[in-house]
Amino acid sequence: MSFGPHLLLATLEGLVTSAVLALTALGLSLVFGVMRVVNVAHGEFFMLGAVLAWWIASLATGHPAIGFLLALVVSPLIVGAIALVAERLVLRRLDYNPEATIVATIGMLYIIQQLALTFYGPEARPVEAPFSYRILFPWFGYSGYKLSVIAFSAILLLATWFVLTRTRIGLVMRATQYDRETAQAFGIPVGRVYAGVFAMGAMLAAIAAVLIVPIQQAHYLMGLDPLLLSFIVVIIGGLGSLRGTVVAAVLIGLSDGIISVFFSPTLAKIIATMIVAMVLVFRPQGLFGTAAR
Amino acid sequence: MTPLLTTRDLRKNYGGLRAVDGVDFAIMPGEIRAVIGPNGAGKTTFVSLICGRVPPTSGQIVLDGNDITDLPAHDRVRRGIAYTFQITSVFSALSAYDNVALPVQRTLTGRSKGRLHAGVMSALERTGLADRADTTAGALSYGHQRLLEVAMGLALKPRLLILDEPTQGLSDGEIESFMQLAREIARDATVLLIEHNMQVVMELADRITVMNAGKILAEGTPEQIRANAEVQRAYLGTEA
Amino acid sequence: MNVRNSPKKVYLLHAAVIAGLFALNFILPEYHHGVLARVMVLAVFAMGYNILFGYSGLLSLGHAMFFSAGLYGAGLTVSHLGWGMAAGFAAGIVSGALLALVIGVLALRTTGVAFMIVTMMFAQVFYLLTLYFAEWTRGDEGFVLAQQARRIDLGDLHFNLTDPATRYMAALLLFSVVLLATLAIVRSAHGRVLVAIRENEERTRMLGYDTFANKLAAVVVSGVICAAAGAAYALLFGYIGSTFATVQYSILPLLWVLLGGAATTLGPIVGTLFMFYVVDITSGYTSAYLLIVGVALILLVLYFPKGILGTVRERWIRWLP
Repeated sequence: MSFGPHLLLATLEGLVTSAVLALTALGLSLVFGVMRVVNVAHGEFFMLGAVLAWWIASLATGHPAIGFLLALVVSPLIVGAIALVAERLVLRRLDYNPEATIVATIGMLYIIQQLALTFYGPEARPVEAPFSYRILFPWFGYSGYKLSVIAFSAILLLATWFVLTRTRIGLVMRATQYDRETAQAFGIPVGRVYAGVFAMGAMLAAIAAVLIVPIQQAHYLMGLDPLLLSFIVVIIGGLGSLRGTVVAAVLIGLSDGIISVFFSPTLAKIIATMIVAMVLVFRPQGLFGTAAR
Repeated sequence: MTPLLTTRDLRKNYGGLRAVDGVDFAIMPGEIRAVIGPNGAGKTTFVSLICGRVPPTSGQIVLDGNDITDLPAHDRVRRGIAYTFQITSVFSALSAYDNVALPVQRTLTGRSKGRLHAGVMSALERTGLADRADTTAGALSYGHQRLLEVAMGLALKPRLLILDEPTQGLSDGEIESFMQLAREIARDATVLLIEHNMQVVMELADRITVMNAGKILAEGTPEQIRANAEVQRAYLGTEA
Repeated sequence: MNVRNSPKKVYLLHAAVIAGLFALNFILPEYHHGVLARVMVLAVFAMGYNILFGYSGLLSLGHAMFFSAGLYGAGLTVSHLGWGMAAGFAAGIVSGALLALVIGVLALRTTGVAFMIVTMMFAQVFYLLTLYFAEWTRGDEGFVLAQQARRIDLGDLHFNLTDPATRYMAALLLFSVVLLATLAIVRSAHGRVLVAIRENEERTRMLGYDTFANKLAAVVVSGVICAAAGAAYALLFGYIGSTFATVQYSILPLLWVLLGGAATTLGPIVGTLFMFYVVDITSGYTSAYLLIVGVALILLVLYFPKGILGTVRERWIRWLP
């Protein structure tokens, strides 16, 4: 295969990564943006989405698409419900104190991860893709499912953007983000907004995970990488900025594939993590964000 | 006599707002100077520039003939500029003793528990807080917290003590003893105070600087200020 | 905060704790004897963390890198360069000090949540480096120090660190030194400044303190103590692996300190000991023992934020340092 097609393949693979990453990171970004809470358990909501997807798909019979579609609907709902309960039981009682919530979400990370280990086990299990159609390019065939993941993520991102900027829900969320006390004074139910945002953030991660399980298997430790990558995306994109998050996700997703062609994956991770740490030290508003608050 | 501190064309802009707008100011050693002016006149910003909590947009600050414009706040404190906060900001989880020990231990060279103890107790005694040394600062009454704040300022052995609204929220009796304290402090330090209580200003200050909209409107003795028609229009008039 | 008035009681208490641990060497059955030696070394790690988190109010999520700097600093020099025990221990501490200095200068430019994430990221880089240089570190698998390397010869005195009693005494010595050092720091002028920074940084600055320099000093002291724990761990237990550089080992000292009581000198050993046995007992029943860690973290921040000794101090013994 010559260079051109090779690049096309790498780009497509990168876009799949970007798409899933953008959804996951958006969830983290929303929670941080509106609630000022750093959710370390975000990766575990992702993992939970994948594991539940396997469970739901394994219950369904008939065409693989039935199980998958069922999982795509039910798994995020369950994850959202769990996040909602966690928010009500823990985060709200801590009054969203930044340091206490970080410690608490670390606790959630271990609880979710270890419960998954207990009930799901240490094995990695796949979910069958809803369809196995391959698109034939002149140089290679490419999974139609992967392309549909890119398309579906793009639609979801647009929908989220629409909700945030064009609807009353979005307005309420932005008002809460801008000034919690004033929003409260204007009768916005801040507590319910927070609960909703936290659940929505977790659901975005779960949807991303359901999309990825036909490509990558479900495993109880699979939450760590998305968590770190989401952190990277959110930091590079500017904490709490939607556009920055998407741009950064595409950038990281594409470069992840390309960098790992040239460097060992470990070295690529070292460089990426180091760059992100330096961004946070020297340019805390992110590369695309404007000065914070 | 040369001034202890001067500012030249000092400016601070917040976006489009000129909080401090070209202030030329001088204060003589040993004087008690009051800065008055309506809310939003830039008084607190002005003293924040002097003590280094806020960096100026342009202009110069000179202490004893040395340009200190670019010095970080903690270095200015070391050179003798002490600032007491407008909102009481003692370390509420620490005892009154520890609150005062912090500034005292910084002025001591070498280590000596005895000298530290003596320094702390003398500052507490001067402000009448000696019997509350072991009380947690947060548990003190508001008036006592204000006094503790002054004790901390005193313990720095400052040459210029900046008091930002020291009598706010104090009872009449407490104000009386504060004024006595301020006169005592002025025997070996220069005092710059922002104050709203006109009675305190008129009785205490040697000279008064009136600020309005980031600029100095007038400056003079209490009598001169009282007689100044412009000041009455801009400031005193609004009080009535 | 009445430590000032009861110095005698404070010294007596700490002496009693050390004496008690010394006595336990002769009483404890073999298994618990081994556990306590390990717990004392890990408690040193927690004490180092406590200096930064408890007293200075800086919550780091990357202290595994300082522990590992000591671990690898000692382990690599002993196994690859053939250095002696003392030189290896020193190498571990120096590695930790240098790392803490660099990390401190960078990470202290940030505050709050950003500080936590930056320290976590740097620790992650450190962990990945231990994997990347697997040729020397043997990565996840790790390596073991040869038995004959773990000896100290001082003239006619020979110490064999693989001997349980010697190991216990070495751990106790390190623990005692660090405990007393912590006590000295807490009671010193510098300790008071650190607490002041924790309570109100801006106010401390306006008392003429260079808060950056003070925080940097705290990071370095904390890093050195954690590195000493890591180096001791490598030399006493003879195993060096990248597990110790994972995020988990950044979370554990936080948990131990929170449980025992942040900003108490004895909290770290109490928390470490308690948690070690809780995990030890539960791992007999389930492989998911980290579940306990998670539950403990949440319960602590929700219902018990002052920890065991913090609560004891608040309710009963006011003079506890």
